[in-house]
Amino acid sequence: MKRFGTINFTALALGLAFLYLPIAILIVNSFNDSRLVTVWAGASLRWYRALLNDSAMLDAASVSLRVAFLSASAATVLGTLAALALTQRFRGKLAFSGMIYAPLVMPEVITGLSLLLLFVAVEIDRGFWTIVIAHTTLTLCFVAVVVQSRLVTFDRSLQEAAMDLGCPPLRTFLTVTLPLIWPAVASGWMLAFALSLDDLVIASFVTGPGATTLPLRIYSEVRLGVKPEINAVCTIMIAVVALGLVAASLLTKRSAAGVQLGGRV
Amino acid sequence: MERQRDWVTRAAILVPYAWLIAFFLLPFLIVLKISFSQTTIAQPPYTPLLDLSAGWEGLKDFFAALSAENYKTLFSDSLYAWSYLKSLQVATISTVILLLIGYPVAYALARAPRRWQGVLVLMVVLPFWTSFLIRVYAWINVLQHDGLLNRALLALRIIDAPVTWLATDTAVYLGIVYSYFPFMVLPLFAALERMDDTLLEAAADLGSPPWRTFFQVTVPLSLPGIAAGSLLCFIPIVGEFVIPDLLGSSSTAMIGQTLWLEFFGNRDWPVASALAVVLLCILVPPILIYRQREARQMEG
Repeated sequence: MKRFGTINFTALALGLAFLYLPIAILIVNSFNDSRLVTVWAGASLRWYRALLNDSAMLDAASVSLRVAFLSASAATVLGTLAALALTQRFRGKLAFSGMIYAPLVMPEVITGLSLLLLFVAVEIDRGFWTIVIAHTTLTLCFVAVVVQSRLVTFDRSLQEAAMDLGCPPLRTFLTVTLPLIWPAVASGWMLAFALSLDDLVIASFVTGPGATTLPLRIYSEVRLGVKPEINAVCTIMIAVVALGLVAASLLTKRSAAGVQLGGRV
Repeated sequence: MERQRDWVTRAAILVPYAWLIAFFLLPFLIVLKISFSQTTIAQPPYTPLLDLSAGWEGLKDFFAALSAENYKTLFSDSLYAWSYLKSLQVATISTVILLLIGYPVAYALARAPRRWQGVLVLMVVLPFWTSFLIRVYAWINVLQHDGLLNRALLALRIIDAPVTWLATDTAVYLGIVYSYFPFMVLPLFAALERMDDTLLEAAADLGSPPWRTFFQVTVPLSLPGIAAGSLLCFIPIVGEFVIPDLLGSSSTAMIGQTLWLEFFGNRDWPVASALAVVLLCILVPPILIYRQREARQMEG
């Protein structure tokens, strides 16, 4: 029987308070009617209404969502393939798995800089598509790790049984393997989507005129100080993520955290 | 039995391999090349890449044109050395702080009643899913001159006048520790969760006091988690850009910011590339250790 004493309880309570207090303050501030964050002038949706008229912010949100959708989808396909490759033996596997794991820890400034120099060298016009390519590259590695952690625990004999019974490889994959690893693939997609929505550093290197993502937009505002409109944008983003996470853990029986944990660690 | 490799498997290997070579490996080679190039006034702001159309002569010219000038610049200007050291210092101290405050939380999570464990882990992960930028911005709300922290401290009479928090080292450390918290807690939790409880009981039965059991049994058994968490935090913190940029000042300039400034501000691409190459060299040993740990975990 495990003991869960006062010390453990205190550690957990303090840890969670540390994690949630700043976010809670941000959310509360977003409903403050006053422009000054220090003065509470009653609850209002004033800053949310202001957002509806902020076309630059709405454009940025639309760019971000489209980039995240496209890159998460491409990364899920490539990452799932990479995860399957990681379970095989082949020549050059060491280099391959190195390229899968390195981007997970690589500082973003290096990844961003190197991709920009590539795009300049091959003379691709920078903008929407270069961000999609950059995000796909980064997030496919996360998808690969999440899916791979599922493939490790998965019963290979099912796949082999299908093949022995004469099922062609592609059909085996679609009718046997994929349904079994589906929760990991789905959570990989969501992780990729969230990472793409979040990314500021890489996007700022590979973007071009006309493609401003939401983090880039927020960043340029935040540098000028605290603004109630930004509090409102951030609150909406937090709400979207929280809803998505709840939906995900309801959808997949294994909680998103479990799969996430398996992949990340 | 060796089965003839089917085309599906071959595609599964080749397609992501090709993608990673094109968009991960090749870019690094370009950075390496440019770091040895001279700045030119024409666009693009460095001597051209490889010109293969010139054949053997072109290849000879290519190597002849390489110069270590940018690296000399790095070593002759103390600004660069200073920001590397600053980055390593911030990363080391933050990792230690993260370990010190992350360990009790991970320990408590591992001990939590099963029923609650899933929810509690989810609560620790949840902030990781919200934007990095938002989390840093949330701290600006708290730390600004008339922010909540100063008002709370004034109300408690701990301070007499508002303290400047933003644009200080303290703010940078706070921001980093806050943002990387789940990266430290989750590996620690995974290691502590797997631990065999009978070992603790055995230690207690043999008369070991709890604190001694903790340091002689629990901590050594969680070393893999400590290593994983520390690496997962340390490596990206060294190159951190957003947090010191928003919460720090010019005196807290870490290498990520210096690189950024060299690239976008001074438009000196060769020097920025050289900065990136040296940063990468510093990070290669920890990345290799991390890789090896991952590989071993995959086998096991």
